[in-house]
Amino acid sequence: MITELEMGKAESELELGLGLSLGGGTASKIVKPGGGGAWGERGRLLTAKDFPSVGSKRAADSASHAGASPPRSSQVVGWPPIGSHRMNSLVNNQATKKEDDGKKQAKDDETKDVTKKVNGKVQVGFIKVNMDGVAIGRKVDLNAHSSYENLAQTLEDMFFRTSPGTIGLTGQFTKPLRLLDGSSEFVLTYEDKEGDWMLVGDVPWRMFITSVKRLRVMKTSEANGLAVRHQDPKERQRNKPV
Amino acid sequence: MDRRFPFKVLEHIFSFVDSNEDRNSVSLVCKSWFETERRTRKRVFVGNCYAVSPLKVARRFPKMRSLTLKGKPHFADYNLVPDGWGGYAWPWIEAMAARRPLLEEIRLKRMVVTDECLEKIAASFRDFKTLVLTSCEGFSTDGIAAIASTCRKLRDLELRECIVDDLGGDWLSYFPETSTSLVSLDFSCLDSEVKLSDLERLLSRSPNLKSLKLNRSVTLDVLESLLRRAPQLVELGTGSFSDELDPEEIAKLTKALSELKQLKSLSGLWDLLPEYIPLLYSVCPRLTSLNLSYATVQMPDLIDLLSRCSKLQKLWVMDLIEDKGLKTVALCCKELRELRVFPSGADLDETDVTLTEQGLVSVSEGCKKLESVLYFCVQFTNAALVSIAKNRPNFRCFRLCVMEPFAPDYRTQQPLDEGFKAIVEKCKDLRRLSVSGLLTDKAFEYIGVHAKKLRMLSIAFAGDSDLMLHHLLSGCQSLKKLEIRDCPFGDTALLENAAKLETMRSLWMSSCFVSFGACKQLSQKMPRLNVEVIDEHPPKTRPDSSPVERIYIYRTVAGPRLDTPEFVWTIHKSPEVGVSRLSIR
Repeated sequence: MITELEMGKAESELELGLGLSLGGGTASKIVKPGGGGAWGERGRLLTAKDFPSVGSKRAADSASHAGASPPRSSQVVGWPPIGSHRMNSLVNNQATKKEDDGKKQAKDDETKDVTKKVNGKVQVGFIKVNMDGVAIGRKVDLNAHSSYENLAQTLEDMFFRTSPGTIGLTGQFTKPLRLLDGSSEFVLTYEDKEGDWMLVGDVPWRMFITSVKRLRVMKTSEANGLAVRHQDPKERQRNKPV
Repeated sequence: MDRRFPFKVLEHIFSFVDSNEDRNSVSLVCKSWFETERRTRKRVFVGNCYAVSPLKVARRFPKMRSLTLKGKPHFADYNLVPDGWGGYAWPWIEAMAARRPLLEEIRLKRMVVTDECLEKIAASFRDFKTLVLTSCEGFSTDGIAAIASTCRKLRDLELRECIVDDLGGDWLSYFPETSTSLVSLDFSCLDSEVKLSDLERLLSRSPNLKSLKLNRSVTLDVLESLLRRAPQLVELGTGSFSDELDPEEIAKLTKALSELKQLKSLSGLWDLLPEYIPLLYSVCPRLTSLNLSYATVQMPDLIDLLSRCSKLQKLWVMDLIEDKGLKTVALCCKELRELRVFPSGADLDETDVTLTEQGLVSVSEGCKKLESVLYFCVQFTNAALVSIAKNRPNFRCFRLCVMEPFAPDYRTQQPLDEGFKAIVEKCKDLRRLSVSGLLTDKAFEYIGVHAKKLRMLSIAFAGDSDLMLHHLLSGCQSLKKLEIRDCPFGDTALLENAAKLETMRSLWMSSCFVSFGACKQLSQKMPRLNVEVIDEHPPKTRPDSSPVERIYIYRTVAGPRLDTPEFVWTIHKSPEVGVSRLSIR
């Protein structure tokens, strides 16, 4: 029995997006609901209804966790209020645990090396994401993603989500962006450790997350000259974006 | 007849006045006291770098030896302040370098510090001794190398939770070859490896080193060699504590740890393995501060450690400690003053971690000196809060984070209003409070009525209406910093209590119902406030009634700042101008 909060303003038809990544950037905006009004592309205040798992142990949620479940408190921007160093450590621990769980049986040196790597050397956490035409950058947590598809989904949600209110329940959007297959007007690019800008998607995921420094959602028209998909790495042109 | 004290006498008396608050009061008495005070102040603290211009500060305090500055709003720690907002250290460093070359100490929190800044510091302050950067960003290890190599009298170099462009561990080799004057070195937030030989040699030639905080990439097998060279350490932050050691190495490390006779503070301990806990037994009885918040050790192993720490005053730990572990703390750590319990994410993992409100109740019962708490927990009850308040009226800092937004008392399904009422009623010295869980306007009425010494308040997902904000602004006399996110109010309360805002350092509100129109009105009403709108869209393109994403309001004698990025607008004072965004980029 959760008390519904009363909204003070009757005229509000507000839709506020949730950043779907742990602590990522700002809340994203959603298109104006029917009737528009003052808010337009503004947000709706989160209410108790957005957190139906309140009161029950979150782990006991029977709903599947990935994608289709209602937003858990861990998916709200900047919540719980933990500093980014600690947050990175937290997700690194979880990543390690997953590694450990997966490799419990095989106890050879190689395993230990990999674990060591996740523990101490390779600390992937939040990286910055900027999009052409959007002033405020965001941050996305790479550790919370397992694949390019995953990541693209999050970014599309962050910057382009169009359906109001119930986030992620249907997983459907009016215009899926397809950042990865070159079919939309935007492409996803990244800056690697050497400072070069490349198209996302060419190297294996695990290699990608260790070499990416930051991301940029770039207009396709401006992405000429960047490494073209399926091209021999030696032929890659090294260009920085304008 | 001149009845004033001679300058020399006043000066002598003021030399006993340490705290900046007192000195600020002293400076308001009369002109001669102002003059005497300003000429004798050595430690300058500026809580908001935009409240006053660097030039003014430099001119006012000719004897300045230490400068402490804070930049971004506190919520920047949780990614609520977009990158590029501001908080640049450069104008301050530049001004001090030109006018106060005898400056010895610089402490910065939540500011953007570039390599250029660090090089300027190194080049300008001959006697530079102390650099402490907390939650700063914008610099690389090259900048640190500049400090290390050039500041010959360097005593303290501490990088706490900074975001550093880590170009490698070479910077460590830049310290002077002859003996150094280092007293404290903290590079725990860096990622890359430093060369063991560099570190060993540095320790060997730093006889005054009292505090050393290593980063995670310093492995356990080299720790012994380091400790052997610095047995005088009072504070130690280890690196990773999970690497495999053979029995001989374990024996050597155990011995090295037991040789640290002065050790009072222990931290680091990344991924501490249960089998290594006995290595720490020798230092436990002397410890006053223990930071286990990166140690993924669970119960019951933690009991072995904590039950030996009878002198502990400060404990930071993860929720892996569970209620059981906190019971042990309540029994064994009678000197405890500060407790922080962080989430480990274990509950997300479906691991069974039983940390409930009971844990905090136990500690509040057993630890009579407890005065500062930060507690992350999934849910809470009013009854627990009432018990805690009754047990510990001496709380000065109480931060409870019920991690599920809008979570009511899970036993009664009531809001947590009554619980927090008990806290503010009983704890008359409360200076800092963070509230969470389901809260109505009532809770804030209680806070407004009772929390008379409260200086900082953090609120998220709470309240019903403008009344909430009104209670706070009209009631909390000592309020200096208020930060609010995702609460359903704004305009009315803000405008009615506009004058209050000038008595505060700052107000942050994000994802609330504050309209652009109200921001304009507020700004016109209050000339000495900067009303900053932080929003993706230019306010001018929207009607006045439309809410803005974020506002940051702070008092200032420096006028609107000139370094705002494109998504920050400072509302101009004159209505015709509307919104200004002067920029010198």
